[in-house]
Amino acid sequence: MSNEFYIYLCILTPLLAFFLTPFLNKTPNFRDILGPIGGLISFYCSIKIASLFLDGEELGFVFFQISESLSISFNINGLGVIFGLVASGLWILASIYTIGYMRGNKEKNQTRFFTFYSIAIFAAICIAYSGNLLTLFIFYEVLTFSTYPLVAHKQNNEARKAGRLYMGILVGTSIIFLLPAIVIVWVLTGNLDFTEGGLLKGYISMEYAPFLLALFAFGIGKAALMPFHKWLPAAMVAPTPVSALLHAVAVVKAGVFSMLVVITYVFGIDFLTETNASVWLIWVSSITLLLSSCIAISKDDLKARLAYSTISQLSYIVLGGAIATNIAVQGAAMHIVMHAVGKITLFFAAGAIYVATHLSKISDLNGLGKSMPLTFLAFFIGSLSIIGVPPMGGSWSKFYLMLGSVEKQYLFIIAVLCISTLLNVYYLLEVPAKAFFLEKKSNVQVTKHPLTTYPTFFAALLTIILFVYIEPLKEITNLIVGIGK
Amino acid sequence: MDLIIKNLPILIVITPLMFSLIVAVLPNQRHSWFLTNLASLLTLFFSILLGIEVSEKNLISYHLGNWPPPLGIEYIVDKVSIIPIFIIAVISCLASSFAHNFFTSEVYNNLISKTYSLWLLTIAGLMGLVTTADAFNLFVFLEISSLSAVALVAMGSKVDKKALVAGYNYLILGAIGATFYVIGVGLLYGVSGTLNMSDLSQKIPELGLNKSVIVAFTFMILGIMVKAAIFPLHIWLPNAYAYAPSPVSILLAATATKVAIYILARISFTIFGTSYDIYSFESLRYILLFLSICAMFAGTVMAIFEKDTKKLLAHSSVAQIGYIILGISLVTKAGIASSFIHLINHALIKAGLFMSVVAMSFYTFKRIDATSISGIGRQMPITFFAFIICALSLAGLPLTVGFISKLYLIKAAYMSEGIWLPFLILLSSALSLVYIWKLIEGLWYDVDKNNKLKIKELPEIYIPLLIITFLNIYFGIDAGLIINSSYNAAEALLNGIK
Repeated sequence: MSNEFYIYLCILTPLLAFFLTPFLNKTPNFRDILGPIGGLISFYCSIKIASLFLDGEELGFVFFQISESLSISFNINGLGVIFGLVASGLWILASIYTIGYMRGNKEKNQTRFFTFYSIAIFAAICIAYSGNLLTLFIFYEVLTFSTYPLVAHKQNNEARKAGRLYMGILVGTSIIFLLPAIVIVWVLTGNLDFTEGGLLKGYISMEYAPFLLALFAFGIGKAALMPFHKWLPAAMVAPTPVSALLHAVAVVKAGVFSMLVVITYVFGIDFLTETNASVWLIWVSSITLLLSSCIAISKDDLKARLAYSTISQLSYIVLGGAIATNIAVQGAAMHIVMHAVGKITLFFAAGAIYVATHLSKISDLNGLGKSMPLTFLAFFIGSLSIIGVPPMGGSWSKFYLMLGSVEKQYLFIIAVLCISTLLNVYYLLEVPAKAFFLEKKSNVQVTKHPLTTYPTFFAALLTIILFVYIEPLKEITNLIVGIGK
Repeated sequence: MDLIIKNLPILIVITPLMFSLIVAVLPNQRHSWFLTNLASLLTLFFSILLGIEVSEKNLISYHLGNWPPPLGIEYIVDKVSIIPIFIIAVISCLASSFAHNFFTSEVYNNLISKTYSLWLLTIAGLMGLVTTADAFNLFVFLEISSLSAVALVAMGSKVDKKALVAGYNYLILGAIGATFYVIGVGLLYGVSGTLNMSDLSQKIPELGLNKSVIVAFTFMILGIMVKAAIFPLHIWLPNAYAYAPSPVSILLAATATKVAIYILARISFTIFGTSYDIYSFESLRYILLFLSICAMFAGTVMAIFEKDTKKLLAHSSVAQIGYIILGISLVTKAGIASSFIHLINHALIKAGLFMSVVAMSFYTFKRIDATSISGIGRQMPITFFAFIICALSLAGLPLTVGFISKLYLIKAAYMSEGIWLPFLILLSSALSLVYIWKLIEGLWYDVDKNNKLKIKELPEIYIPLLIITFLNIYFGIDAGLIINSSYNAAEALLNGIK
């Protein structure tokens, strides 16, 4: 069996689930089990791919040659390995959780929901393993279009309006900024393949590089850099598993992943360091980071607060890329994983709370900790990971980011990170604090669904496991920046 | 069979010409329609044979009536002219296949057979324009094709009387264009004593620096620019496309201006290409470049503010013609190749868009306004799907032909002019998203509750429409054929330049 087989299997499994799901409308049990099984297969393949990558194997194939220098091709790089692992691994958890949520909440149109859920995962995995910018762009769009029905799932006016904003910003930015940026790269270099050490070096002059980077940075709307962040809170009308998928696994991570890929494999870290083309991006991402944290504090709706927290956390990753030193980029790559696990825990918890009590406002959650101890404990652990407290995984990535900024002597970044951490503490820990220490309101009914509670708790445990078991991730990030080759 | 192969260059002209005579006198309209289809299919068949021949021989020269050139009329089919030949043949086949229901509802009953006859005459004229290698013969075909096209446009007067005005404008401007062209040809004949294109290209440099040649060149180019609807000489185009009977809009949008652009390239490269070292045409190059940039923006802006869908598409055509001319005005191999790529691709895109719009307007009997008939996409999902694909292709999204043309055009522009020209191209194509989005949104969202019209799919139109849509995607994924043939064409054209 050739090694490319694993890439095929990893990509085709969610696609198969997409094709099978509509036919299993009549047998919901069988339909719903497709997700976890598919997740397991894809995750196994991703692990296989990761270990092959660590052994130094070159993996990849050209799927379709459009013309001489244009192709749809898949190629494994370090960032892709990480994103592939995240997408497929959390698919298992999310799909189990989704079953619990959809049934516990008695949602309509479950088959359509699961169908588009699989296609979104398919697009995310394709993005992870794409070998050039064109492939990345195509599946980036597939991801946008496939998540639109999920965002507008409730089919009321509010959902439609949110869906329109979601599509408008994501499709608009990608066509107006990202596509021209890709075209410019092709025109300059005659090539779109991701190249270690950067593709553009020697092809673009210093004055133009920041502008091209700007086209990419704002074109990748999924990275939610201000001022193109509005779609993310708007998409909160979707059912919570979608928010978990969007805000922790597929969509936003596809955005920051594309950002990092562009920075490391198109521009090249060295090139950015030489030209200082990314200095402006440090400012933009720092501003996004702080502003969205401030907005998060003002939100009383739990999901909206998490959404703004996500925007802020995404900027950590963009910031890491913009600092453009090896350690900072490593930190950013790690933060993809750490934030994914941490934030999915929080969203799972939010969904579990909603299923059990139909409450979504933070001020209503007083004293619920005693009736849902596991869920709120998970929320607490997840929050600690996002804040960056050892022994949770999130501490590693923040540590690396700080190291990176010290190396470049950008001391103000450390200040920014510290302020943001304090804000995190305030707006995230408020939720478990209220739940555990305040008096319960008497009239709240709690009806838990086990399939929502256990994945949440397991995800929380994962943040701790990731703190201890950091070594493989570190090796992969070493390979991304070219250490130890 | 051998006889057919030998006479292929004239067969693609003579077949529609002869059928047009028969069609005109047939009493039964259905028979006329059938014969029109037959003629179109035959033409397509001959074109395919011709394509095979050309790929083997590179150049086929045919002497009309066995009179050898330069005195006799020569027909030449080479790697350049085969491209418009294919465009005309394919579009005419697809458009005439569903024309009958449209003509019966949009044209006065007693004129339907004549409409078919004019249709075939237009095709004969266009085919002749593309194949002939004689400058005066070209004028004859120019007149045949534009006069019949004018009459076709005016046939739309049953639906809207404005069609008559549109046809009249087209007639006057077309006549001015043709006159300019023939003045140029006359001057050239006066100084060189020949009308054959390749003969001209040899005689002109021998004359040395000659003012008559400059004047002749200017007149010819200006005349053709009217026909090609190059900004600001495009004013006849939007109304002609919008008020013509539906199948005619498709035919004209996809072929007429393309052929004129082809002639423009022929004149400037085949006839005058040899004398580039004597006359500096650099200023003309920049005039064309400037006009094409104006066209890109003016067409797009007009499309953004236009409400009528057909007119909107016509304005967008003006902008797209700008892109094509831009490629030619670069006078590099990459530039000309990119403009031929876009020539083919734009024919595919606009044919698809016009077909879907026409399908949507069938049951409503009126123009589709971006505001009046909203939500029609939900009632015609197949047509709407095809429309979206073609619209995305127009926007230049990857996996469609539009992306390929934009990519190569921008590359060519960057290679010869530097960064500012790609920037302008990208800016205008970003602007074009505004009207594309307006169309899609208007047709999909906001279902009109008061709309009592029964609208359903038209099978006879969505089959050709799906074929076009498929081609839009297929050549976007496997672009080798179009790119290679365009590069071959560019090479063949530039061979003349010394």
